[in-house]
Amino acid sequence: MDDKIRREIILDNYESPFHKGLVDDNGYKRVSYKSQTCIDNLDYQIKIEDNIVKDIRFDGDACAIATSSSSIMINNLIGKSVDDVRRILYNYKNMIEEKDYDNKIIGELEVYSNISKQPNRINCALICCNAIEDVIKN
Amino acid sequence: MNREDFIMLNKDIVYLDSASTSLKPKCVIDSMNDYYFNNTSNIHRGEYNEAILNNKLYDETKMEIAKFINCDKREVIYTSGCTSSINMFVLGYMKKYLKNGDVVLLSKSEHASNLLPWFNLSKEIGIKIKYIDLDSDYKLDYSSIDKLIKENNVKVISLAHITNVIGDIRDISYIGDICKKNNILFCVDAAQSIQHVKIDFKKYNISFLSFSSHKMMGPTGIGVLVGRYDLLEKMEPLFLGGDMNLDFESDCSYSFKEIPSRFEAGTMPIAEVIGLLNSIKYINNIGVLKIHSYIKELRDYLVSGLDKLDNIVVYNRNSDSGIVIFNVDKIFSQDVAIYLAHYNICVRAGNHCDKILKDELGVSNTVRVSLYLYNNKEDIDKLLNALKNIDKIYDIIL
Repeated sequence: MDDKIRREIILDNYESPFHKGLVDDNGYKRVSYKSQTCIDNLDYQIKIEDNIVKDIRFDGDACAIATSSSSIMINNLIGKSVDDVRRILYNYKNMIEEKDYDNKIIGELEVYSNISKQPNRINCALICCNAIEDVIKN
Repeated sequence: MNREDFIMLNKDIVYLDSASTSLKPKCVIDSMNDYYFNNTSNIHRGEYNEAILNNKLYDETKMEIAKFINCDKREVIYTSGCTSSINMFVLGYMKKYLKNGDVVLLSKSEHASNLLPWFNLSKEIGIKIKYIDLDSDYKLDYSSIDKLIKENNVKVISLAHITNVIGDIRDISYIGDICKKNNILFCVDAAQSIQHVKIDFKKYNISFLSFSSHKMMGPTGIGVLVGRYDLLEKMEPLFLGGDMNLDFESDCSYSFKEIPSRFEAGTMPIAEVIGLLNSIKYINNIGVLKIHSYIKELRDYLVSGLDKLDNIVVYNRNSDSGIVIFNVDKIFSQDVAIYLAHYNICVRAGNHCDKILKDELGVSNTVRVSLYLYNNKEDIDKLLNALKNIDKIYDIIL
């Protein structure tokens, strides 16, 4: 992907993130995620009905990578079945960890394909992924 | 000053993270290498030359510390660092002598190390924690101390001499006097002050003083607890084992060595003790007053430079130490730190181990610059130049 386009996508999602702001609704499962290695501190709310991810919200303080990846990830996951969500998370994680992945499955999230070159940002790129994985596991 | 003594500065690096850990001068590293290359031995009971030399250095370091802060050498205990020192007296002394309802005064600008051990006592034995007010500069409001003492059963005041986020220098002489008059124990966390401010353990009526070596140009892995002798007599050792016992028998009876040996169980970090000795000598050779006034000059230069940038908010403009915290408008502090790292400028972003200061400061995270004697105005100019061009941050970090 062209560097300029990649940067624009990340920046757009950082400066005007989608799905930011939590809602007062018991139908959502909530998970708080504080990074163990940096200062990202985000809360996620996930609503799953009939095995479909109906909605995800997030809020908190985090860096450009953690915020933008949450925004793009959530955009990708809403409306998907839990199995599809698992598949996206699996491929995304593989990409971040420099393993084989299917770029058709992760879509726009491919903007983070080079993040492994900045080791201190890997956890920032994984925070949303890990949070949603925790909710799905439970 | 003395930049040539710091090998790491030969790299193209601007090191502005000394409140986190300081750089080490070559003489400190050489002294530790000498232990490892030429004079390795354990201490105590070795009858050979190397062991005798290391015994001497181990004791000499205690004498040097005692002279450095004006205490008795028997009051000096080696620990693994400042956190360990605070835990040692909180768990070894305070847990035994404080009672349910006794009040400990802290402030919201303390490091986690001077909060969590007390929180633990609050849970375990029911002590009450009260916070001394902070003023509009986030400095201690001294008038609130008297009020808190009048209204509560205050048994302990435990404060940082210089806080690690705000960087304000507390008047520990004044607080020590208040403590003496009111029969209150006074505990001082000197992690951020020992390296550039004169401390007088006896004169300031300090009960327990804690600091780390690695922030005063010494090695990591060693710190110091200085405790008033009559308190140490009542303090329980937290670790039992080799070198701290005088005798033990198969019927489970045992006795401890004298103070302070009973608090130094197992093989102590000998190379680090020797490194600490040389870091103190290094500081003494320059002089703490000279170091402090140099840092203050650098700080003023930095703050006046930051003032000229209109997108920067400095939170601790009126502090006197080398610590300056700020944020850049609309940019997350961690992103600022990553951007500066691109120019080999080393700063820190976050809450800096004080997660309750946000109640006062209104923000959870900041960028922290911390200066020490090896910094110069050129370092600050490089930082200011990078900050001037921060509108390009996302071209750099994304």
